[in-house]
Amino acid sequence: MDGILQLDDSWHVAGRSFASRLVVGTGKYRDLPTTAAAIEASGAEMVTVAVRRVNLSDPKAPMLQDFVPPSRYTYLPNTAGCFTADDAVRTLRLAREAGGWNLVKLEVLGPAPTLYPDMPATFEAAAALIKDGFEVMVYCSDDPIAAKRLEDMGCVAIMPLGAPIGSGLGVQNPLMIQMIIENAKVPVLVDAGVGTAYDAAFAMELGCDAVLVNSAIALADDPVLMARAMKAGVEAGRLAFRAGRIPRRGSASPSSPMTGLIR
Amino acid sequence: MNALCKTLTLTVNGEVRGFERPLTVLGLVDRLGLDTRKVAVELNREIVPRSTYGAVALQSGDVLEIVHFIGGG
Repeated sequence: MDGILQLDDSWHVAGRSFASRLVVGTGKYRDLPTTAAAIEASGAEMVTVAVRRVNLSDPKAPMLQDFVPPSRYTYLPNTAGCFTADDAVRTLRLAREAGGWNLVKLEVLGPAPTLYPDMPATFEAAAALIKDGFEVMVYCSDDPIAAKRLEDMGCVAIMPLGAPIGSGLGVQNPLMIQMIIENAKVPVLVDAGVGTAYDAAFAMELGCDAVLVNSAIALADDPVLMARAMKAGVEAGRLAFRAGRIPRRGSASPSSPMTGLIR
Repeated sequence: MNALCKTLTLTVNGEVRGFERPLTVLGLVDRLGLDTRKVAVELNREIVPRSTYGAVALQSGDVLEIVHFIGGG
């Protein structure tokens, strides 16, 4: 019967297996209860988190871990706010100590308004992190050569941007994303730029292993509902990719037989 | 002078603060009201493994960073 949905279609990174192909960020939510509810609704098993100084003036303030327990979700600490390889290594060493794992998201960004991945700094930081024993999922430009180089260095997942962070513009360069996917032996995730469920479905239809979404859920009018929409979008896109879409053609083709017509 | 000797001056997350000595990392985290299971500590740019908090004595002038996980993309 519904065999296709029952097949194991999990994806794997750094020796871990994930059934959900939606990875969600935990930033920008209006409060922690909404963060928890939206992430629950998204079905995500992996969540990105940032590492920051504890607020010493309010040590009893609720913490992310109380709402999004690391026992339930795989935390993917990021290097947001780091502009050098040294900063990234230092931040993730602290994350490893706080969480006890070494799967991390490397992102070294250029300045606003693009926040575009700074690729020379990203290469340098990736090399330093890999040397230090981290398993690096790397945010990068939609450049097939850069992506291949990161993979060859030993990054465990390649995460090209679909569009600038928080822009909600969807995948702007599907051809390059597709080339990255075709050339990669490690998982490829579209990270950044997803605006709505359609964008997530589109990224998955290109053949991505997973999609990473933060702003589009966190800043939606109803984050919980949007989280469900993203889950459905990712699943629809994945199924469509596996099903194999029809070729695009430049002319119509009737859906009903042209034979046996009454005369 | 005596009172001064009992005081330990530390820089914690960029803030200069005085504490009574002796003080270990465990004592400091506790004094700050934090849960050791939810933070990570860097002392003079070196990670302090959680298992050693009770054994690491702090000295005047030490610089510490105490971090935790927050929401991020």
